[in-house]
Amino acid sequence: MDLTIGPNQFFWQAEQQRAFYAALAESDATRVVLGEVVCSKRLPFWQAEIPQAVEALLAAGKEVALTSLGLITLKRERKLTADLMDMGLPIEINDLSALQKLPQDREFWVGPLVNVYNDSALRFLARRGATRVCLPPELPIEAVAALCRVGDELGVAVEVWGHGRLPLAISGRCYHARLHDRAKDNCQFVCGEDPDGREVETLDDQKFLVVNGVQTLSHSTATVAMQITALQEAGVSAIRLSPQIGAFDSLVSGYADRLSGKISGQDLVSKLEAFDPAMDLSDGFLTGAFGAEWSAEAS
Amino acid sequence: MMELVCPAGTPAALRAAVKAGAHTVYCGFADETNARNFPGLNFSREDLAEAVQFAHVHGAKVLVAINTFPRAGAEALWHAAVRDAEQAGADAVILADLGLLDYAAEHHPALRRHLSVQAAAANPDAINFYAETFGVRRVVLPRVLTVAEIAAINSEIDVETEVFVFGGLCVMAEGRCSLSSYATGKSPNMNGVCSPASHVVYAEEGGELAARLGGYTIHRRPKDAPAPYPTLCKGCFTSGAQTGHIFEDPVSLDATELIPQLAKAGVTALKIEGRQRSRAYVAQVVRAFRGAVEAQAAGQPLPKSALAKLTEGQAATTGAYAKTWR
Repeated sequence: MDLTIGPNQFFWQAEQQRAFYAALAESDATRVVLGEVVCSKRLPFWQAEIPQAVEALLAAGKEVALTSLGLITLKRERKLTADLMDMGLPIEINDLSALQKLPQDREFWVGPLVNVYNDSALRFLARRGATRVCLPPELPIEAVAALCRVGDELGVAVEVWGHGRLPLAISGRCYHARLHDRAKDNCQFVCGEDPDGREVETLDDQKFLVVNGVQTLSHSTATVAMQITALQEAGVSAIRLSPQIGAFDSLVSGYADRLSGKISGQDLVSKLEAFDPAMDLSDGFLTGAFGAEWSAEAS
Repeated sequence: MMELVCPAGTPAALRAAVKAGAHTVYCGFADETNARNFPGLNFSREDLAEAVQFAHVHGAKVLVAINTFPRAGAEALWHAAVRDAEQAGADAVILADLGLLDYAAEHHPALRRHLSVQAAAANPDAINFYAETFGVRRVVLPRVLTVAEIAAINSEIDVETEVFVFGGLCVMAEGRCSLSSYATGKSPNMNGVCSPASHVVYAEEGGELAARLGGYTIHRRPKDAPAPYPTLCKGCFTSGAQTGHIFEDPVSLDATELIPQLAKAGVTALKIEGRQRSRAYVAQVVRAFRGAVEAQAAGQPLPKSALAKLTEGQAATTGAYAKTWR
């Protein structure tokens, strides 16, 4: 099993993006998917960073792919998707409509925002050229294992969501703009004020969700720290770490140490808790009764 | 005349809808293969065969929704649903999953395929992909598009479109939302339920009624005030200094007044949400909409909507169609 770094879900300043990918080039990650997955309006602010980041990552020996948007609606977003196909890099589709723009003979990766729930869906995508699929985070371990068996037979690498706030929903509406009483078209890019998303609590002060522009994420950071053995047994080929603010490369090395057996799951959990004491953890989608559940707490 | 596509959670509701003027009725089997997998709802195989016969005698069509995402290792259940829908004489199946569409196109090519809203095909590329790849003939559009966007989509596709005009309103891209399973373990995609009643607990606390879903407080209302069902995305939450309906108000969709614009935008069929509703509700809504589409076809002014009382939380919205949130 190795490490994939997913596209940054949040809206960071160009300098932050630059420093982030420079550090990633030196990290233990095997591959990096980058690009804008949440909102096309953010792209002009940081797209100039992408070629440099790609170059540095490739020079460091990483596999690199570019992501499509997670929700493609506007004409310019469809054009943007078509343009992605000419960048000379593998594409990770996170909205199925990107397939309509993808040349028939082109290999591609499938991201966690595409619904791959069963054998037939995986077989269809493999036939179309998919070589790597990150499964939707909602899937339980039994389904992951079943899909790994099919992936193995088809030569498709199967990934699971390994670390990060869970992408639970995406919408045509922007909740960040709504919170600021602005229309989506006049959002003034307020999602940039919350580089790990804006927290949403219940009326009883339970930490619950975070809003990230048009996306809604879990408040908890999902982690497979306690599930590595189970994932290895299931045949998972990579775990995906989702960028967050802070010394992310230290998190990457924590997961790398766990994969190589240098540290235990509990050691990794301690490392995560030290990274940010306010971070609440979950792994309920894989093995629990519901997504927000955390196995280490239950035991 | 625009086609009126109406919900039926039970055979009785189906008969009521047909008698009230539904051109088409949609329903599902009583299992996790459809996105309204609620206790006490839906059709057995025999129910469906009888319902199809009844509908056809009365000149109406029956669509079968098989619109959840089949569970890995258990796809036979979904395959059987497609086969049995065809055997019962259904006029089409409504599908969302790539794998199931592929299966149905290959094994049941003569059975007409509609794309469920759960596939959230929100642009012409997505729709053309499903049409060209799986022979989909009609697409149910997501509830996030404006009338102008619907018109633009229709100008770039060759298949029919169907849009929701009444009932519950999803604000997230449908079929791509796991909020419910994050809180309860049960999701629309995998289990055919959202914010399931089995995980709802009400508690009287200090003169208020708290409604919790999977332990998370979704809203609190004064004890005597009407309390909407605690659907997760319509809950009342706090973010920073703000408290309110962060995602969506507890309103439901009523796009009656937009019917002429939807017709002009090239929409083939109007869909009413609510397979979980009573047959009395269904009959009342269908009658009102039949009147509206007849008036529209005759070029007459639309009758004033008499449906306000039926909408969730007593408030209705035209949703995204009128573009108030852009």
